[in-house]
Amino acid sequence: MKKGFPFASVMIAILAGAYFLIPLYATFQFSLQMVRGEWSLAAYRAVLGSNVFLATLSFSAIASFTAIVLGALIVVPTIYWVRLKLPRLRPLIEFLSLLPLIIPPVVLVFGYIRLFGSNSLLPLTTSDVGTNALLVVGYVVLSLPYMFRAVDNGMSVIDIATLTEAAESLGASRLRTIVSVIFPNVRSAIVSGAFLTFSISLGEFVLASLLNRPAFGPYLVQIGQDRAYEPAALAVMTFALTWACMLMMQIFATKKPGTRLLPRFRFRPAKEMPA
Amino acid sequence: MSMADAASKGERMLDPMPAMNFARRWNWSWLGAAPFLLFCLTFLVAPVLYLVNGAFQNPAGTYTLDNIAALFSPNMLAAFSLSMRLSLFSAAIGSVFGLLLAYAVILGGLPSWVRPAFMTFSGVASNFAGIPLAFAFIATLGRLGLVTVVLRDVFGFNIYSAGFNLFSFWGLALTYLYFQLPLMLLIVTPAMDGLKAEWREAAEILGATRRQYWRMVALPVLAPSVLGCFLLLFANAFGTLVTVYALTGSRFGVVPIVLFQQIQGNVLYNPNLGYALAFGMVVIMAVSNILYLVLRNRAERWQK
Repeated sequence: MKKGFPFASVMIAILAGAYFLIPLYATFQFSLQMVRGEWSLAAYRAVLGSNVFLATLSFSAIASFTAIVLGALIVVPTIYWVRLKLPRLRPLIEFLSLLPLIIPPVVLVFGYIRLFGSNSLLPLTTSDVGTNALLVVGYVVLSLPYMFRAVDNGMSVIDIATLTEAAESLGASRLRTIVSVIFPNVRSAIVSGAFLTFSISLGEFVLASLLNRPAFGPYLVQIGQDRAYEPAALAVMTFALTWACMLMMQIFATKKPGTRLLPRFRFRPAKEMPA
Repeated sequence: MSMADAASKGERMLDPMPAMNFARRWNWSWLGAAPFLLFCLTFLVAPVLYLVNGAFQNPAGTYTLDNIAALFSPNMLAAFSLSMRLSLFSAAIGSVFGLLLAYAVILGGLPSWVRPAFMTFSGVASNFAGIPLAFAFIATLGRLGLVTVVLRDVFGFNIYSAGFNLFSFWGLALTYLYFQLPLMLLIVTPAMDGLKAEWREAAEILGATRRQYWRMVALPVLAPSVLGCFLLLFANAFGTLVTVYALTGSRFGVVPIVLFQQIQGNVLYNPNLGYALAFGMVVIMAVSNILYLVLRNRAERWQK
């Protein structure tokens, strides 16, 4: 089995690369064709100048950020506590956190609409605030598997028991231990889960549409039905944003625990700079 | 002070002791997991159980199997069959090409920068489902898409008059491939990495050809992983709603689309049939995910 030039492998890689890259290039080129006969950024200007675009994008951004904070508040203390005190509960917690992968979003929101409708114990869908809360809760549930995995991986590489004992023997309360010892150590894991949550919920369509929220996903679908060139511009921007989120996530996921999120800026004398 | 008083006082004084013991024995630490459990129960388990319960009731509230039976009516069967076929095809194509790509990238002797490049891209592309993906494919293979136009003007081949249509079964399958292929690459890579060089050397020493090595050693070892990944891809395609909706609106009646319309306006004229439809979806998703986990455990035997 001697190895010659890997002809088959090169062909496969080129074909796959073409399949992956051509749609991206085509979308980009299409987005420049709004003005007939020339390349222009008119489609981007049309999108960015639209009030609906800004309103829906900021609505979805706020919903996503709220979902990230709520998700972290629910997931981080639970994983800490289960790893520290309740290892027997771990299979149950893990099962629950993976359950959203089995439940399609359309089924989940169907259950929400029926269970939290006008004649239920908790009539959330009758008010705007309640429906927004339900949307955020839905995003927390949809991103639960990813947030859980990220934070759990982050906690598995630090020695929680020793850190907790050390904090307690120095007189720290339980809350203080979590806030100023455990949290800084899993900060980059939380951030990596947060970026994934953000990329899932920013353009989410099913929940937002069926809960009738003015979010970015339904706006995208509407534009796709009404316009020709703006959708391509939006796709390019969304793809760039997804790339940014994923890159950030990978950077933070591979960070060592306890390191700073950003390099500290400080002015050093020139002689201290490494050659 | 009477005897009775003293006795009751004594009782009261003794009383706290067993209670405290009980409190000490009773493990209060599970309360720490209560917020999470309560959240999951309220916003994940309860809504689904509500639908499942409704699937077995008629509108009057008595328990019946009528809704489940109605899932096998021609209309519903057509939706399920369309969903199944689309998911099976896109999962099959994704598995085969994903496996080939994984082979090429990992074992194919390509330059070392190829693998991280494909892996990073796959991490992004497997999350690039939904509306922007539909837009990208309209700009590529739609009637005015780049590839359509280049094939027509440069090569004189009109794919639309040749029978291709992006807004049809095969167009959707091709679009799904854009997130199925990267997903397959990501999840089959550990199995490919698990093929030990020693097995191949042993096979070579015993005089096996390259084909024999693949047929009798590598593929049987990979089979559970590949089958498991196929099921995961199947579930992934089965649950997809947004890509279909953004490409074809509600014209393409896969199960999630039918359910979407049912929620919007009770198009089935029977709320409980809607519950049964949701129940059917969850069952299919659950079965394929559980089989995936079983197969993955089986595949991991070789990695010890």
